[in-house]
Amino acid sequence: MTGPPPPDQRSDAEAPGVPGVRTWRGVYLLVLGWFVLVVILLAAFSRFFS
Amino acid sequence: MNAADWVVLLGTMVGIAAYGSWRTRHIGSLNTYLKGSQSTGWGTIGLSVMATQASAITFLSIPGQGFESGVGFVQNYFGLPLALIIVCAVFLPMYRRLNVYTSYEFLGRRFDRKTRLLGAGLFLLQRGLAAGVTIYAPAIILSTVLGWRLDLIIVCTGFLVIVYTVTGGSVAVSLTQKLQMAVIGSGMATAFVVLLLKLPEGLGFSGAAHVAGALGKLQAVDVSFDPSRRYTLWTGLLGGLFLSLSYFGTDQSQVQRYIGGGSLREGRLGLMFNALLKIPMQFFILLLGALLFVFYQFSPSPLFFNQSEWQRHARGPGGGTFRALEQRHVVATADSQRAIRAWLRARDSRDAAAEPAARAAMLDANRRAAAVRSEAKAAVLAANPRAKMKDSDYVFITFILTQLPHGAVGLLVAVMFASALSSKAAELNALGTTTTMDLWRHIRPLAAHDEARNVRVAKRFTALWGVIAVGFALFVGFAENLIEAINILGSIFYGVVLGIFLVAFFLREVGGSAVFFAALAAQTLVIAMFLSLDIGYLWYNLIGCATCIAFSRLLQAVLGPRAPADEGRAA
Repeated sequence: MTGPPPPDQRSDAEAPGVPGVRTWRGVYLLVLGWFVLVVILLAAFSRFFS
Repeated sequence: MNAADWVVLLGTMVGIAAYGSWRTRHIGSLNTYLKGSQSTGWGTIGLSVMATQASAITFLSIPGQGFESGVGFVQNYFGLPLALIIVCAVFLPMYRRLNVYTSYEFLGRRFDRKTRLLGAGLFLLQRGLAAGVTIYAPAIILSTVLGWRLDLIIVCTGFLVIVYTVTGGSVAVSLTQKLQMAVIGSGMATAFVVLLLKLPEGLGFSGAAHVAGALGKLQAVDVSFDPSRRYTLWTGLLGGLFLSLSYFGTDQSQVQRYIGGGSLREGRLGLMFNALLKIPMQFFILLLGALLFVFYQFSPSPLFFNQSEWQRHARGPGGGTFRALEQRHVVATADSQRAIRAWLRARDSRDAAAEPAARAAMLDANRRAAAVRSEAKAAVLAANPRAKMKDSDYVFITFILTQLPHGAVGLLVAVMFASALSSKAAELNALGTTTTMDLWRHIRPLAAHDEARNVRVAKRFTALWGVIAVGFALFVGFAENLIEAINILGSIFYGVVLGIFLVAFFLREVGGSAVFFAALAAQTLVIAMFLSLDIGYLWYNLIGCATCIAFSRLLQAVLGPRAPADEGRAA
């Protein structure tokens, strides 16, 4: 019988390991930036083919 | 379907299920069985999260949605990246820090037992009722177009998913989902390439996209504040945020996909993978549908894509009406095709005066063709009030069966089954886990220390939910309105559950009793509103969440500050 493993203690201290991004806040900003870019590209796509 | 199609279909489906069962047959650790392997990387988690959300109905219905209404539906996913960032930053670290098996266990740690049971109970009620739908809904479409026996499809898919989900638990689910996503990705890419190759000579992607755009099918972003418009940037951001936060942050079928893994990093990157790819993926599927619309402007198309239903009436005693509609459809389609070609010529000639006139004529011809389709739907409904009227669900599967080469047909039918199995497996896994950890262990607290017994019980509950789902799908005989009713039921519960979690994360001053009774009151209010008002059911997500939070604060203010002993109480 073994219990569950210990809780994850590393939390936010763990680096994301994404090239060019050092913190999780940076990752979230990158994702937000990508989202804004996708919306702009979709709007441009709609306009171009309308 | 010929022998090549069958080899591809059975090879992929049975092969993946057998591989998943075989690779995970020796799992004996409860932690691994319920949360997945500690070596699971972000790629597997990301694909698993994606596969859980993408059911067979996604791949049957969404191209149809693009065909009928264009790509505007993509805005429904605009809240998803924002929700996933919140889940990554707030929900996931807390789940991992407390080392919980289910999201409802977190409620027990944060509040008390009754709140944990309430969360788990609402999940089991909602998912349990929907258990048969995820098998039945694609099975009824596939059985109609392929002419296979409905009960055989339900039993075979149900059996396959039960075998590998029960054998390997969460590890098997993630492992098979990764392979199923590979089948889905390659199948959809194949369909897209074949569609482009089948477009009329000289039209190409650009020409087809211009036609689709001119016919109003490529309006991807709508910034209008008109409340009568169903999909806009704003409804997508607001409604999509609440829906996605509730689904990804609190629904055990999703939480179970990312809660495990080697480290917090893997779960976070898996979720960010979805935040990056989900909108482009949904847009691609919708675009496929919009281009299918253009394809059927130049190729003979059935007036009603559910041909099985249509032919039954066309060959029946009142068949004259149906045959007359078919003749009008042929004329209207030919007119529409001529008008499109005229518009393309005017556009290519860069004649500033001719282009607007040709465009107006094209839109007019298209409206007339659409009017004949509407009349056809009305005729089918008059002949059979119980007929499945969402004809757009049959558009993509009709294209697959009539236009794709053999082998590719098998691959695309495998896409439908792979997506049905992947979402069903995650659902059974979550139902089995929640029943074991939140209900059974609550009744048998002493059994918590017997790991082998816990694994056995989790397997039995997973199998039981699988049998219930197959039984539901076989014997209930879902009417279309019942399927929708079950989906509505989800929206009715989702908001309140999200409210409980948001209170847990952000309102530290609120205790268990306050949130429990506030949730009950909010749920009662939502049900009362649902029974008495006529508003879009997606709004109940927002109303349920907001009232649960407001009632919790109010009730806590009435009850007075939480006793220190309440804080951090485990349950």
